Amino acid sequence: MSGRHGGQAGWESDWQPRATLENLRRRAQILQRIRVFFAQRGVWEVETPTLSAAALSSPAIDSFATRYTGPGHAAGVNLYLHTSPEFAMKRLLAAGSGPIYQLGKVFRQGEAGRRHNPEFTLLEWYRPGLDHHQLMDEVEALVAPILGLAGRAQRLSYREAFLRFAGLDPFAASIAELRATAQRLDIQGFDAGEARDSWLDLILSHRIEPQLGCAGLCFLTDYPASQAALARLSPDNPVVAERFELYFQGVELANGFHELGGSAEQRRRFESELAQRAAQGRETPPLDERLLAALEAGLPDCAGVALGVDRVVMLALGARSLDEVIAFTIDNC
Amino acid sequence: MANYSTNEFKRGLKIMLDGDPYNIVENEFVKSGKGQGFCRVKVRNLKTGRVVERTFKSNESVEAADVLEVELQYLYSDGDGWHFMNPTTFEQLMADAAAVGDEAKWLKEQDSCVVTLWNGVPIGVTPPNHVILTVVETDPGVRGDTATGGTKPARCDTGAVVQVPLFIEVGDMLKVDTRSGEYISRSRE
Repeated sequence: MSGRHGGQAGWESDWQPRATLENLRRRAQILQRIRVFFAQRGVWEVETPTLSAAALSSPAIDSFATRYTGPGHAAGVNLYLHTSPEFAMKRLLAAGSGPIYQLGKVFRQGEAGRRHNPEFTLLEWYRPGLDHHQLMDEVEALVAPILGLAGRAQRLSYREAFLRFAGLDPFAASIAELRATAQRLDIQGFDAGEARDSWLDLILSHRIEPQLGCAGLCFLTDYPASQAALARLSPDNPVVAERFELYFQGVELANGFHELGGSAEQRRRFESELAQRAAQGRETPPLDERLLAALEAGLPDCAGVALGVDRVVMLALGARSLDEVIAFTIDNC
Repeated sequence: MANYSTNEFKRGLKIMLDGDPYNIVENEFVKSGKGQGFCRVKVRNLKTGRVVERTFKSNESVEAADVLEVELQYLYSDGDGWHFMNPTTFEQLMADAAAVGDEAKWLKEQDSCVVTLWNGVPIGVTPPNHVILTVVETDPGVRGDTATGGTKPARCDTGAVVQVPLFIEVGDMLKVDTRSGEYISRSRE
């Protein structure tokens, strides 16, 4: 995607999609397959707003902001484009929706490249009564046939992955050992200082992820509690979170949780994330109080997952970059 | 000197790293959904030609390198260096052995070369893709042998040694690809 700029080439050659129509037709077939999959399993499709009064507090994700002025808001109100439909879908779950999915566009500031576009299609679904292990089975049942894969998916814990591909225990290693490991693995130029999770991210994204899912689907499981996001901590081993990610051919495809239910714990995590954002001198968007109220009212015990549809299509079609499967990207939108 | 943020990174951008000028060869944005974003680049050291991988934090800023690529005519070499001339301004520049490196053997007087300047000083020379050289030394030619596919070394007027077909003789002119160092054809120019 990067490096090509239509403006200089002239509009005459730039109005056309870079993806072939054949790829876009096959993309449509995959979207249809997804909808059939959920219809057959009694999971119903919902639509929640793209615009939200609150935004994600996660330091890793930045939201697009916009402004509404008109009836109801004479002075104008700040709104954010959602980065995932998670919060609104959890409000539906707390209201008693039962199993639901959503297939739609989400927006993330600052992300563009071969495997990123600032607006992309996310499939998100929630399964009351299922835990993350059962949800991984369902993710596999959906994704493996789309990718034409027959064998069983591999399940590898975060700890095992680090031991195998980086030769260190991510839970026991000191900052000094993480730094030394990055150096030993020839990751040059970056110093994360005292930020433990940054070192883990660096080693994971540079030297571990490229090895995941080479032979088939691979679930990376049991993340450190510090990277729990909205996942529960394991009751048997609270240093790990009940969170998983799915990889194929080194590409991250999905992120899932056994969902955290308690509003107090969620509020504590949000506030700690906002404090991190503030310390980095970044915007601190308002917390989603409606989500916290819904959690307070009671989220059913459930597992949920978000799947990057564009990337699944890219790999299913054997494409190397997202602009081969998206009609128009940020470069020619 | 100006700075570039990682958001401005693209292929061909010239940046300073550890005091040396580098050219960005490959640029990739790397980020897992819940993790930190990185900008991973492959960069070529413009002085040594070595390619290395470097990782930057998203939005980090890096000093720009004052690097220019200009097309200059190669004039001659003396004991000290290789002399080039700008064909429009007639300004002359000298490149030293470090800048010219192995490319010296392809430099033919009057040929037009791309010279990389850092802060106005030549640090690299790229000869034309194809040059015409004259054979000054080789084993006697095997007349008529254009079929056996055998080769032999031939020393050319610039000092380059090229593998050539057996029929080539001293005094022949050769068209050579400077990127691969391979003989292409006999030339009648």
